[in-house]
Amino acid sequence: MAVGVKVVNRPGSFAQQLYVPAIAEGMGVTFRHFVKNFFGNLVGMRGKTDIQTLQYPEEKKPYPERHRGLHRLMVRDDGQTRCVACMMCPTVCPAHCITIVPEEAPDGTIEKRPRIFEIDELRCVVCGLCAEACPCDAIRMDTKEHAKPVYRRVDAILDREELLARSAPSIAVQGGQGAFWREKTPGNHPTTQTPVDGEVVPRGLPPGPTIPKRD
Amino acid sequence: MTLDTSYGSLLFTIIAAVVKILALLLGFGMGLASILTWMERRQSAMMQDRLGPNRANIGPFKMWGITHFMADALKFLFKEDFVPPLAHKFFFMWAPVMSMAPALIVAAIIPFGAPLCWGHALDPHATTCETPVLFQIARLDVGILFYFALSSLSVYGATLAGWASHNKWSMMGGMRASSQMMSYEVTMGMAVLGSFLVYGTLEPGAMVWKQQASLWHWGIFTQPLGFLLFLTASIAETKRTPFDIPEGEPEIIGYFVEYSGLRFGMFFLGEFLEIVFSSALIVTIFLGGWSLPGLQDFWIAHGWSNLGFVVATVLIWSAKVFLFSAFQLLIRWSLPRFRSDQLMQLGWQRLLPISVANVLATAVVVLFTNSK
Repeated sequence: MAVGVKVVNRPGSFAQQLYVPAIAEGMGVTFRHFVKNFFGNLVGMRGKTDIQTLQYPEEKKPYPERHRGLHRLMVRDDGQTRCVACMMCPTVCPAHCITIVPEEAPDGTIEKRPRIFEIDELRCVVCGLCAEACPCDAIRMDTKEHAKPVYRRVDAILDREELLARSAPSIAVQGGQGAFWREKTPGNHPTTQTPVDGEVVPRGLPPGPTIPKRD
Repeated sequence: MTLDTSYGSLLFTIIAAVVKILALLLGFGMGLASILTWMERRQSAMMQDRLGPNRANIGPFKMWGITHFMADALKFLFKEDFVPPLAHKFFFMWAPVMSMAPALIVAAIIPFGAPLCWGHALDPHATTCETPVLFQIARLDVGILFYFALSSLSVYGATLAGWASHNKWSMMGGMRASSQMMSYEVTMGMAVLGSFLVYGTLEPGAMVWKQQASLWHWGIFTQPLGFLLFLTASIAETKRTPFDIPEGEPEIIGYFVEYSGLRFGMFFLGEFLEIVFSSALIVTIFLGGWSLPGLQDFWIAHGWSNLGFVVATVLIWSAKVFLFSAFQLLIRWSLPRFRSDQLMQLGWQRLLPISVANVLATAVVVLFTNSK
């Protein structure tokens, strides 16, 4: 690689020494940016401006699929909670934030259900081990929400009703689908998706905000 | 005893002066300076491809965050007022006053509208007025010299603040500020001398009348070099970027480091008041003041009243001052900051000789055009 030497005469030409042409050019750049951003923002065409700011909480960056947020309890088709109070999640939780008190379920086939199911979101370290340990797809952490700020510590302990409030019917089959579960129901499991007939499965992070070219 | 409130009586003059002071200083000056504190942050943000503060609201009305200036004022009011133990008590209290008061008082000589014909305001075709009420708080024949005298007093504000804080670094900041302000005052005076020669008067109201004839009579076209020099010098005088090394926010300790709460608020607001009223002065001398070329003839041709003309000129003046203040805000993020020695060199070695040369050239041209 050849090293070149560029000789710059100091002071430069008269126009350079005057500062005024350079100042005018610089002010033109800032003025152009201002006009573009101001009128775009005013009229509601934020996409046309150069502004990258996201107005949280009205606008949020989309979270990845595997993002761990606030917990939620899933329900069966009849609306009952899927949790059978097997005590796997409080056992594995490193922060000891889950409290389960089981009771007898009136249904004959289901033995137990939680009488009290509380998660102290302030203690939770959002590790996701409870969702990984659960054999029933009863607890998930895919709400994409954050633990809300509270004034009193006791308000951060979410009980079963609040956890169930974010629930959805789970598409898991109780008891599992057997050894070839990946092939049986493609598209069910968000972590491994088998493409069916050339369908394109998106991988990786969702597309983020576009960064325009440098001015 | 009936009070004599007819035109020309003492009571009328006093009431008119009080109304003008309240309207210009309290209504326009403080209002625009406060809005500018928010607008500066928003405009700077828009220039830098980001949004500025837009969240302050009163109930459900956000209004793009305009109420941030009220939030700032309330914040300054409620902060702890701490006076350093070894500070000089009287000068510590006096420095913000000395910084803010000249910024307010210079508004006295600025004409902000056409004269109102008292008693004939609603008559059409009222071109000649025997009973004009000037829209100018004080019509002094020395006009602009009053402005220079008071802006020299504002040097005391910075110096006293630096010294009375009993803090080495703020004293150094005060020294920087006072040396910068004194240097650029000289250039300011010399730069406007050319305009004095062209207009033949020091009184700002008369200057605006002389610029009414046409667009080419505006000061910026008869004295372009004087305009550039005066603009640069007044930005340096008010310690705005790029000449803000005395305060130099993230870089260096300024002279108001020991001031908290409303004492700092007075320095802060005083700086923005200086922006507003130095813009008003530049508009008066160089940009035609409250007049637009051809507006008066247009008004008389349509037969509209004098009151409407006065209102229109006040709005035109306000718009010009607002736009020029926005221009000064635009300069802030377009130029890198001057170092102290570069600043002094620019003031004494570059601008002062150029302004003296400008005066000489203007004097020669005026002599030859007048002697024809």
